[in-house]
Amino acid sequence: MEQPLWEVFIRSRQGLDHKHVGSLHAADAKMAIESARDVYTRRMEGVSIWVVESKHIHASNPEEAGSFFDPAEDKIYRHPTFYKLPDEVEYM
Amino acid sequence: MHGDNTTDYLLFLADSSLIMGQRLSEWTGHGPMLEQDIAITNISLDTIGQARYFYQLAAKRQNEKAGGSEVTEDTLAYLRDAHQYRNLLLTELPNGDWGQTILKIYFYANWQKLIYGKLIYTSDKDIAAIADKALKEVQYHVNWSSDWVKRLGDGTAESHERMERALEYLWPYTGEMFMETDYESPQFERDKDFSLDTIRKEWTEEVYHTLQEATLTLPQADTFMHKGGKKGVHTEYLGYILAEMQFLQRAYPGCEW
Repeated sequence: MEQPLWEVFIRSRQGLDHKHVGSLHAADAKMAIESARDVYTRRMEGVSIWVVESKHIHASNPEEAGSFFDPAEDKIYRHPTFYKLPDEVEYM
Repeated sequence: MHGDNTTDYLLFLADSSLIMGQRLSEWTGHGPMLEQDIAITNISLDTIGQARYFYQLAAKRQNEKAGGSEVTEDTLAYLRDAHQYRNLLLTELPNGDWGQTILKIYFYANWQKLIYGKLIYTSDKDIAAIADKALKEVQYHVNWSSDWVKRLGDGTAESHERMERALEYLWPYTGEMFMETDYESPQFERDKDFSLDTIRKEWTEEVYHTLQEATLTLPQADTFMHKGGKKGVHTEYLGYILAEMQFLQRAYPGCEW
């Protein structure tokens, strides 16, 4: 049975975001969600499921990783670590 | 407090679910695709889990009555012979192809849904608690299997043909679910309107609806129906299932791993 590939995202009980957990084959979205339930939530991993057909996901090009990501390497000033926090501000 | 009727009824529910689960477990590793292999294995484990709860309760009550402790879920499952099993004939039938297995799950899960849906209101708190837990599981089994029945019935010419064959084969085994035995009716004493006949009507209505969507031929409701499982009279298949399932405990009594 040749069926399209789907990417599965699960939100855990504590989590606020859906995290990518893997992929599976299914004929349609309903079947994909049911299969995701059976394959990826058997051990109480989640309370919500998203699926999206893999073909709808567009990815950055690994060959461009250098020009994409390396320039951020030496921009340490982008990290909010240079601010002096007043003593009154707690829990930061 | 609890008569033999309760134990008989518990064994009937337990045996049906155990044999269903044992049969479905034959698919493990052989599903048409990985995802569905896991799905059907989950369903198999669900039904075996339900059986365990019913066996544990039956064992507890038998022990209370006899003042002993020798009955356990294992002795009930592994040390009774075919004629002592009360499971529905439907559950012991061969899996056949994927379509036949799916249709069998659909018929059985739908019946479970209706029965458990009533049992959660029984005055017997232990049974009600098990039914409550199982109801969520079988609701999923119904959804999952009915999707497949529609998918295959209204699918290709071949899948449609196979579903028609499965329907023709399984249908005469559905009537037994609604033939009342003496140990069944006392369980629903609280529900004055309860009868297996009303369950049958609800079941048939729902099944017809799905079969219609699946473009399958609606079978006659009043056709010949097999019976016997509930009273220990089984098809030849049960003996083979038990031979495989019980081998270890029969060959090495008390063996654990």
